[in-house]
Parts: sequence; structure tokens; C-alpha cells
Amino acid sequence: MNFFEIFKESWRSLKANKLRSLLTTLGVIIGVAAVIVMIAISAGTEATIAESIYSLGSNLVFITSSFSRVGPNQGPQPQQGGLVYDDVTAIREKVKGVTGATVDQQASVTVRYNSTTLDGVTLIGTTPDYPTVRGLEVASGRYFNETELERTQKVVVLGKTIAQNLFGESDPIGQSIMVNKTRLTVIGVMAEKGLVGGTDFDQLIYTPIKVVFQKFTPSQFARFMGNRVRQITVSVDPNANLDEVVQQINLLLATRHGVTLDSPDFSIRTQADIVKAREETTQTFRNLLIWVASVSLIVGGIGIMNIMLVSVSERTREIGLRQALGATPLDIHLQFLTEALMLSLVGGVIGMLAGIGGSFLFSKLSEMRTVIVPSAIGLAFGSAALVGIFFGFIPARRAAMLDPIVALRHE
Amino acid sequence: MDTPLIIQTVSLKKFYGAGETRVIALAGIDLEIRQGELVAVMGPSGSGKSTLLNILACLDHPSEGRYFLNGTDVSSFNRTELAFIRSSKLGMVFQSYNLLPRLTALENVMLPLFYRRQNHLTSAESRERALAALEKVGLSGRDHHYPNQLSGGQQQRVAIARALINDPVLILADEPTGNLDSHASAEIMELFQQLHEQGRTILVVTHEREVADQTERILTMRDGALVSDHSNGSSKKPDHPASQPAVEVPHELL
Repeated sequence: MNFFEIFKESWRSLKANKLRSLLTTLGVIIGVAAVIVMIAISAGTEATIAESIYSLGSNLVFITSSFSRVGPNQGPQPQQGGLVYDDVTAIREKVKGVTGATVDQQASVTVRYNSTTLDGVTLIGTTPDYPTVRGLEVASGRYFNETELERTQKVVVLGKTIAQNLFGESDPIGQSIMVNKTRLTVIGVMAEKGLVGGTDFDQLIYTPIKVVFQKFTPSQFARFMGNRVRQITVSVDPNANLDEVVQQINLLLATRHGVTLDSPDFSIRTQADIVKAREETTQTFRNLLIWVASVSLIVGGIGIMNIMLVSVSERTREIGLRQALGATPLDIHLQFLTEALMLSLVGGVIGMLAGIGGSFLFSKLSEMRTVIVPSAIGLAFGSAALVGIFFGFIPARRAAMLDPIVALRHE
Repeated sequence: MDTPLIIQTVSLKKFYGAGETRVIALAGIDLEIRQGELVAVMGPSGSGKSTLLNILACLDHPSEGRYFLNGTDVSSFNRTELAFIRSSKLGMVFQSYNLLPRLTALENVMLPLFYRRQNHLTSAESRERALAALEKVGLSGRDHHYPNQLSGGQQQRVAIARALINDPVLILADEPTGNLDSHASAEIMELFQQLHEQGRTILVVTHEREVADQTERILTMRDGALVSDHSNGSSKKPDHPASQPAVEVPHELL
């Protein structure tokens, strides 16, 4: 007796109860499909996160102010430490392997041109190399330069949507707009970028950082804010050693701020760090979903065990006959185990197709990206097979242990 | 004797239960059946003939005593070894035919080939052999019929073809005509006669006198013991002195 014949025999007896076999495998189908869809969704989410982080320039290092909590007041203490604008120039000049360093100091402002007023526009105070570092392009006019930054020239570059909202079809270059109580001259409009990582880049306006320090820092903070910045973004030469660059920045900033590296007033993260941190969040969620899907697989396995036990008692006489015709306990065991395995594998195949189809459907309906992961298919299929063998064992053993005399007399 | 022994039992005993509730199903059977014999085993229900058949069919172990099948002592074989013996040496025919309803006549006949250990056949050889077996029982052309499309007599003939497929040394039939009308019964017994003439060794368990009368030797059991070993008048072969019973019971009393 060979395995091909066992397979044929098992297939035949499953086909004899088509509907029952299909219903039995439903649990496995749902389990396998769920595992594949869950993994496809989380892989898609991870890909989207990584893409959004890398789409804002490549090889970036983010330095963020972190205020140490000192004294009886447990709130943030902004008057001590933190990043200042001069750190940006220092990094640009003193750290080898750095191709650009910029800041994005934000302020929420009201923009007005003629009779059009836009509330709650985000103003970004930054440096001339901002577009290069963050991978943005200017569509018309130009970005501000070093001289304009140093002289605190009141110029502004508009995001595409803002430009359209204020000026419609007419050319905004050279026009003056009112930002809060300050008049700024439009010198450029950015190319369309769209929504990246939750920020609509077409809704931003850019101005030299020194203009923000002078005009857009709320007066009650100006006293102690000085030229402090929230975050510095550094772009690194792709050929340079990223770890070395990070170490250099660490040392430079620690020296400049007079702090030790054990208790710095800033933190440095690379894009990879951020992607990893975000992935850890989605992974926790993914693991939870996979556990839920696995429960469905186990329930499916119990369904298989149940129907195999029914099958064994229904076919007791057949088992007795097969034994009388020369089947050994092992033959009987293998036959019923194969039937259980086949039920779960058929469920696995259908579930796999349903999972792939479901992933496509999900991305179509929800506009969330899904990525079919081959290893997920392997995992789902393998666990289906395992479920079949595990839950098929007890019914198969019961069949093999039947006494042929009793089985043959069974009605 | 020059014809080899197919069945030889030495004080074969079978008990059920233990202690005071012990039931003696077989009280010590000494039996010899030689190659080519057509033997009937008779007896009222509870006489132990089913128990004897189960042991002879290698479906059960004796509690005591020895059973030599074709010269091999199978009394202490385990379940797997017994399955090998059933596959290679025995053909079974049942009262209720025991055909699998979802298989065709041909597939039913081929079923024992599925469990063969030695000389595995190709599927073409298996088919050929099954077709030949069906022809031997007079069912050529019925190979693609399902059991429910065949009469009782035809179904039993399929079962006999199935018993023949592995070329067994012994065919054991348990009430083979029990579910059949007298016409079909006669046909089945005629088939057994033919097989007997071809040199097959056949043991038929029955409670029907007419069936037993068509064999050459009738064993009668009562209370777990062989009470008569009667050579049938219609027998075409000479009696075997070695298998004469210890006690002669007149035919008429049974």
C-alpha cells in the first residue's frame, strides 16, 4: 500500500460527503484566510509607514530637544537646555558626512490676502536647505536664500493649496500677504507633495527661521525661548557611516550644551529608529490579530476532530471489513489521519485563495495598502496541516484500535 | 497423508471473562483440515462456531492451544502479524456481503489488493486480476455496477471474487447464504463446489442443513466442543482417517 493510494482512498471517502467535508473545513478556511489577511494588512501598514518616513528625504537623522525634569516643579522646564538655532550651523560646519541640517519651527497663523482669510495655517520657520533635506521641490519662483535668512527678510514660500486658495489662477510671486500682523512677500510656490505621515505639505507656508523668532513666537514665551528650536533634521551623505555621524553629533551637542551623554538634553533618532518604533506598535497589534486567527484555526481543528469521530463510528463496519481483508492497525490509522489531513489541507488551499482575494478586496474597499507575504501563506498552510495531524490523531487512533470482530458485527 | 494440512488446531480454547464469571466459548478443539477440502461447520447458536471461525480467520486469539495455518503457528501473533496473514492467506465471505456501497463491483473486488504487502501489483495488473475474479464467479460485464444495482446473490458472488483475489490458501465463509433465497443459495453453493473442484480449501459456517449437505464433510459443534465430524455421503473425496471424530453422533440427532 503506498501513499498515493491512501490519498486516493481518502479523497474518495471525503467526496462521498461533499457538503459535510466542506462545512467541516470552514473553520480552517476562515482561520487560514484570517491569518493571511491580518499579516497582509499589517505588512501593508508597515510598508506605508516606512514609505512615508523615507519619502521626506533619505538618510535623515532627527535631533529632538528633551527637557530634563528638575526641581520641585515636575512639568517641562524649557528655560534650561534644549536645542538652539546655532546648533544647526555648528552641525553643518563641524560634523563630517553631513550634507544638510535644517529646522522646522512651527507656528499656527492667520493668513490674509485682499478679502481672503485663512485661519490655522501652519507656518514653518526653516533654513534654505530645507527642500533638499526633506526632498521637496519648488514649482515656481524660488526658495529663500542664506542672505534672506541672516537679514531676517520678510519673505514667504507657499504650499500649493495655500497659493491656490489665496490667489486662484493669478501669479502670487511678488505679492504681499498678511501673516498675523506681519506683511510677507511671496517669492515662491512649492510643488505638490500631498499628505505624508499625517501632514498635508500643500497646506504649509515657509519662512526663514529668524523671521519666526522675531515675529511669530508668542510674546509670553519670547523672554525665555530665545532662539530655541524643537527639532533639527540632519541629512547624511549615503556613503558616510551613519553611526559615526550620530556619534559626532552627540559629542558636539553635548559639548555645546555642557551636558554629559548620560543625561543629554536632546535625543537623536535615525529614520530606521523611527520606522522600527512604529513597526513595534503595529507588530503588537498584528500579533494580537494573529492570535485571534489562530483561535479560529484551533476551532477548525476541533471541528475536524469532531467530524472524524463521527466518521469513524459511522464507518465502524467498513473499518472491520478492511481489517478482515488484511488492513493493519497502522493502515487504518494512516487512512483516517490522511482524511483529516486532507480536510485541513483542502481548507488550507481554499483559505489561502480566500485570504489572497480578501487582502485585495480589503485594500480596494478601505484604501489601506495590503502586502501578501509569501511566508505568511506558508505559515498559514503549515499550521493548517499541523491542525489536521494533531486533531486527526485521536479519531485515527480510535479507528485503528477497533476490534475487527466487534466492528464487523456493528450495525 | 500427502495432501498438506491447511488448518490444524491443538486443544484450542477460548474463554471470556475471568474468575467465577468465566464463560467457556471453546472447550478444546482439535481439528485438521487438508488442502482441497470443502467443510461445513454446523451447530446451534452459542455452540462456539462463530468463536471458532473468528480464530480460524485470524481475527481473534485463542486463550489456550495452538492454531497452525498452512504450517505456521499463528496463535501468538500480534494484531499486525495477523493482518499480514489475513491479507496473504485468507479469503473471507460474510453473511451480509460487506461490500462498500460507494465502490463499484470491480473496486470492491480490488480492495484486498490495497493491503497486500508482497508482490505489489500495478493498477493494470490489479484490474486484470479483479476482472478475472469476477469472471470466475460469473459476473463478467457487471464490473461497473454498484452493490445496490446487484441482486443479493450477485453481491455475494462479488464478495467471493473479493475473497479469491489474493489467491488465499483458505476461504472462510460465515453463513454465506443466510441472507439469500433458496435459489440464490443454491447458486452460491454451486460456486463453492466449483471452487472446491478447482482445488480450493473452503470452510463454511452455516446452520442450514441443505447448505451443509452440499459439502463433503460436516463438523458439528455444541457447547464449545466438536461433537461430530461427519463425512458427507455426497463427498467426492475419500475420508481422512486422521480427522475422524472421537465420538460419533448420528446424523439424524442433529
